[in-house]
Amino acid sequence: MSQLLQQIINGLSLGSIYALIALGYTMVYGILKLINFAHGEVFMVGAYAGYYAAGTLGINALEASGQAFPIHLALLVLLVAMAVSATLGVTIEFLAYRPVRNAPRLTPLITAIGVSLFLQNAGMLLFSPNPRRYPAILREVRFEFGGVIVTNVKLAIFLVALALMAGLHLLVHKTWTGRAMRALSFNIDAAKLMGIDTNRTIRATFAIGSALAAAGGILFGLDQIMINPLMGVLTGLKAFVAAVLGGIGSIPGAVVGGLLIGLAEQLTAGYLSPDYRDAITFVILILILLVKPEGILGVVRPEKV
Amino acid sequence: MLWLKRCGFSVVVAAAIYGVGFGLEQLLTDYFLRIILLAGINVILAVGLNLINGTTGQFSIGHAGFMAVGAYATAFIGVALAPLFGDTALGRSLTFNLALVAGALLAGLTGLLVGLPSLRLRGDYLAVVTLGFGEIIRISFNNAQFLGAATGYFGNSPAGLPVYTNFFWVYAWAALIVLIVRNLTFSQTGRSLIAIREDEIAAEAMATPTTRLKVTAFAISAATAGIAGGLFAHMQAGIRPEDFRFEKSIDMIVMIIVGGLGSITGAVLGGIFVAVSLELMRDLQQYRLVLYALLLIAIMLLRPQGLLGNRELTALWSRRRPRPTGESA
Amino acid sequence: MSLLRLQGVDKVFGGLHAVRAMSLEVEPQAIFGLIGPNGAGKTTIFNVITGVYAPDAGTISFDGSEIDGLRPAQIAARGVARTFQNIRLFRAMSVEENVLVAGHHQHKSSLFDAVLRNQRYAAGERALRARARELLELFGLQELAKDLAGSLPYGSQRRLEIARALMLSPKLLLLDEPAAGMNSREARALNEQIRFLRDNLGLTVVLVEHNMEVVMNVCDTIHVVDHGETIAEGSPVEIKAHPKVIAAYLGQESA
Repeated sequence: MSQLLQQIINGLSLGSIYALIALGYTMVYGILKLINFAHGEVFMVGAYAGYYAAGTLGINALEASGQAFPIHLALLVLLVAMAVSATLGVTIEFLAYRPVRNAPRLTPLITAIGVSLFLQNAGMLLFSPNPRRYPAILREVRFEFGGVIVTNVKLAIFLVALALMAGLHLLVHKTWTGRAMRALSFNIDAAKLMGIDTNRTIRATFAIGSALAAAGGILFGLDQIMINPLMGVLTGLKAFVAAVLGGIGSIPGAVVGGLLIGLAEQLTAGYLSPDYRDAITFVILILILLVKPEGILGVVRPEKV
Repeated sequence: MLWLKRCGFSVVVAAAIYGVGFGLEQLLTDYFLRIILLAGINVILAVGLNLINGTTGQFSIGHAGFMAVGAYATAFIGVALAPLFGDTALGRSLTFNLALVAGALLAGLTGLLVGLPSLRLRGDYLAVVTLGFGEIIRISFNNAQFLGAATGYFGNSPAGLPVYTNFFWVYAWAALIVLIVRNLTFSQTGRSLIAIREDEIAAEAMATPTTRLKVTAFAISAATAGIAGGLFAHMQAGIRPEDFRFEKSIDMIVMIIVGGLGSITGAVLGGIFVAVSLELMRDLQQYRLVLYALLLIAIMLLRPQGLLGNRELTALWSRRRPRPTGESA
Repeated sequence: MSLLRLQGVDKVFGGLHAVRAMSLEVEPQAIFGLIGPNGAGKTTIFNVITGVYAPDAGTISFDGSEIDGLRPAQIAARGVARTFQNIRLFRAMSVEENVLVAGHHQHKSSLFDAVLRNQRYAAGERALRARARELLELFGLQELAKDLAGSLPYGSQRRLEIARALMLSPKLLLLDEPAAGMNSREARALNEQIRFLRDNLGLTVVLVEHNMEVVMNVCDTIHVVDHGETIAEGSPVEIKAHPKVIAAYLGQESA
């Protein structure tokens, strides 16, 4: 029983990270109908940004001397990483996606694949392909409840994810930017005609989604310890599947999808075999696209003939 | 009469390919020969992928999986058949080609199984699902103990897989596949495939059996990837799942994008381009993918139709291609 | 016996009840008009007949057998051809190729024949091209056979769409707003063409149309829909004077 609970907790925390990344995919797809293949790399860059930021703030010396990293500095690291990723996301949009926004659907798809590849390999050149150990921005503290181990890292993941999602919810429903984002996701041309600055709204969407992914990157680093320039490939793909599972274009869907994928992965690894933990995501992808392509919370939009 | 002429013609072509191959094998080092072989294999990959991605407009990004199926199947069946046919030149040829055909059939069957459910989806979703299937296939081979799992499959001899692949087989198969795809594309079937690409709903309204055609094209392209895989497998001692990563699917996409989506000539050129550039960048191995990625992006931003768009080289001088009347709707 | 019969057909899209309990019958070789204000559900009815959408209720029978639930390609193969409201030509293909595509299910040779390029294939191609040529001549598009369909003037594109539909050798032809964008002279020419299709080619024609010069002069029967429901059916004379029809088009006088 306690093993099951352990797996569930691990699964939900992993799932929260997936959810943070999935939100970026779903928001961009909702507006542009584009799968931002490069989003996984934005997540990776966020993780590395956190790595270097913590390093610059002297975490290595602190770790060596046995002291904990101050919490206000940890938050600063988070903010820096989010800012870096947001900038990267907006830049990608401007340079690679905007010029082909009105091209036939295939062109942006291939462009996105190109950007993703570029960032992966640029990352390998810049950061070296060797995996790195993530600094203990949060020094691990374990709590045990009847056989179930919960670390403060896991708690932080839940808290940070929750906080960010709540923030996103407020933004989407209570601000003008959020309203604009929702309008664009319904009908981009009508939104333009209503005087909404589509370029600015799209930029904001990319910035927000990328910032969330960066947070996911740092949390991932803390949780999984090792990071490498290709970490965005598999994790990004899983987060994308999560977005599709929940209903691409739906923000609550991304959260639900993320948690479900995290759970599925953890339970498969724990009860079936660790070899299949990656495969289960692809199986879910195929199943959902064949059975209910619009996802759990998605809406069918019939094509007008 | 027609068939007599064609047989004669085929013999001549085969002899020519053999002759060229013989000559090149004498003149060039192994290094250059390998590039030429890879170019030929790429041509097969590109022309096959172009049939479904370009001509039919159904974008698949997981074709490395079918190449893997062909590679492993050909290798495994080849090892089983070898003792039956013996070690003579004829025996080895029989073993190899029968194994290739078997590999192609298995790859085609896999394509059928993947295509049937997937081709209901459009655009981005189709691309992602094919990516998913490609990865599942690779992961399956990675976990298949009887095929060597992650270490790879080396047959049942200490020397590894027999090196059957040579200039003649690669280019004979390439010529055959280009011919088949060309005949298919410039026929009623090809017209229907293009119609599906242009407007699937209108095509259906004109009684085109769209599902059957899409799945058929997909299966054929999977089978050709299988042949390429089989040829690739017997160029070296063994094959590993690593050889068929998503990266390989990307290579294939670069081939057809560079040449022009929908053009057979373009696919041939693109295939050669990728093989040659791969070797030229061998010293810059770590930069290769960065450069490919930039190339993809640049093409999409600057000249999305690639080198030839969807036209063929023959069209440039025969003026067969329709020209606009000047006035548009 | 009627050639086309709808009985109690419903079509719902989420919250929108696009077609409600639609029943109509089209006699062989009739020219049947389907009219109504914008958004009345006329194109949806076409889409349901041709299998693009499956009806949520009711039955559709054509030439004696039920066709509801069949796929569009199957229905087209049985002899139901159509044109589209927003012309759907294969723009990157030539005029001739557009027509040839519609010959697919009549092509006597198979994929293997195409690959082998044998006699059967060659004969099949010749037959198809001959038929396509005939149709293009009928519509005066012969000169433009090798030109890109997307580059044709608007009127020619509409004619090409009909030529392509006829390649199916259909019994029933559904025309979706064939007179859109036409002036008076062109509309009268269209009437001639529609009559020709019925009188000389034996076709049954159903048309969705807003242009009254066409509808009133060429249709035998007119069926009026509004908000997805039938509000009237009758001859052009009857319909012209029908109070409900007038109300639907012009709106009720405010009480």
